[in-house]
Amino acid sequence: MAKQLHVELVAVEEKVWSGEAEMVVARTTEGELGVLPGHAPLLGQLAEPGQVRIKLAGGEQLTYDVDGGFLSVTGEGVTVLAESATPATAAANR
Amino acid sequence: MAAQVRVLRQRIRSAKSMKKITKAMELVATSRIAKAQARVQASLPYAQAITGVLTALASNARIDHPLLTPRERVRRAGVVVVTSDRGLAGGYSSNAIRTAESLIARLKADGKEPVLYVIGRKGVTFYRFRNRQIEANWTGFSEQPTFADARAVGETLIKAFTAGADDVDGGAGADGVLGIDELHIVYTEFHSLMTQTPVAKIIGPMQVEDRPKSEGLLPAYEFEPEAEALLDALLPRYINTRIYAALIESAASESASRRRAMKSATDNAEEMIEKYTREMNSARQAGITQEISEIVGGANALAASGSEV
Repeated sequence: MAKQLHVELVAVEEKVWSGEAEMVVARTTEGELGVLPGHAPLLGQLAEPGQVRIKLAGGEQLTYDVDGGFLSVTGEGVTVLAESATPATAAANR
Repeated sequence: MAAQVRVLRQRIRSAKSMKKITKAMELVATSRIAKAQARVQASLPYAQAITGVLTALASNARIDHPLLTPRERVRRAGVVVVTSDRGLAGGYSSNAIRTAESLIARLKADGKEPVLYVIGRKGVTFYRFRNRQIEANWTGFSEQPTFADARAVGETLIKAFTAGADDVDGGAGADGVLGIDELHIVYTEFHSLMTQTPVAKIIGPMQVEDRPKSEGLLPAYEFEPEAEALLDALLPRYINTRIYAALIESAASESASRRRAMKSATDNAEEMIEKYTREMNSARQAGITQEISEIVGGANALAASGSEV
């Protein structure tokens, strides 16, 4: 079992999701990037409108529409800061 | 006699209906406190995360952002006052306004011109009545503020703060817009159900605290985009977050204050009902006693005169 990534997705008004995941995919203003466990520390501003995909261990994937977001990768894990985050529609999830 | 009983009965009725209203408001306020506290809790993860990110950024980037540098000459100072939309909250709004007034007096003494930004209908009424100029006001969300409300406030304030950068003595600068050079916020801190204190804090320019060196090496961050551009994007959001935090904390304080006011109103109404009931009973009893003594007196008089009834 590969190392897991601790992911927190927090919006201003509440914590949206937190847990262990295999990979986080997001698009910053510079381009799309995927974060795997052990990624170098990084701070990024997410593109607007942005989507954050969180890939879970079982092959499942969570997708959130993120507004006004930032991505922070540290040794402890990944934090996605957003002004608002809503689960994307089921169709976009596929 | 009968008239007095009727008056008292009417008073009891009105005290009872008042009690019903204040009791209902007390219950509503109680549930709102819990909700507001939950929202304060829910907003903490983001506040912590954004503070962490900013600290990391500030220790890596050159800090000369306009929102971070104190102005050499402060001409106009913005004061944001958070009050409630509705009354019946005890001294909540007036305490916040009093704190704001003492801050304004202090600013004036320092030779700064205060510029008022008011949140909440009560504050607006207070300053309108005194013919004081309000730069901008927002109403209608004091009990349940959302982040969108805080953002609307924040955007106006940041715009004014940025516009103040080029102001000169006695007029607007190159952009022709009078701005502000300092930004204060007055809101009510929620300590517990019983204690809430109004406080005045400065939120612009922000002060960056130097991290203690003992924490070891900071991770070398990669930045996307450049650190300066990131700072540009993050700082306004940070201010919005601070305003949002002030708004939800004030909302919790407002509800707590209202609950306390309504609780004592309910207690007073109960006391009044009890007092009036006692008075009414004794008035009724006095009436009955008098009637009996009149009948007995009349019967005795008849018996004394020897005539049969």
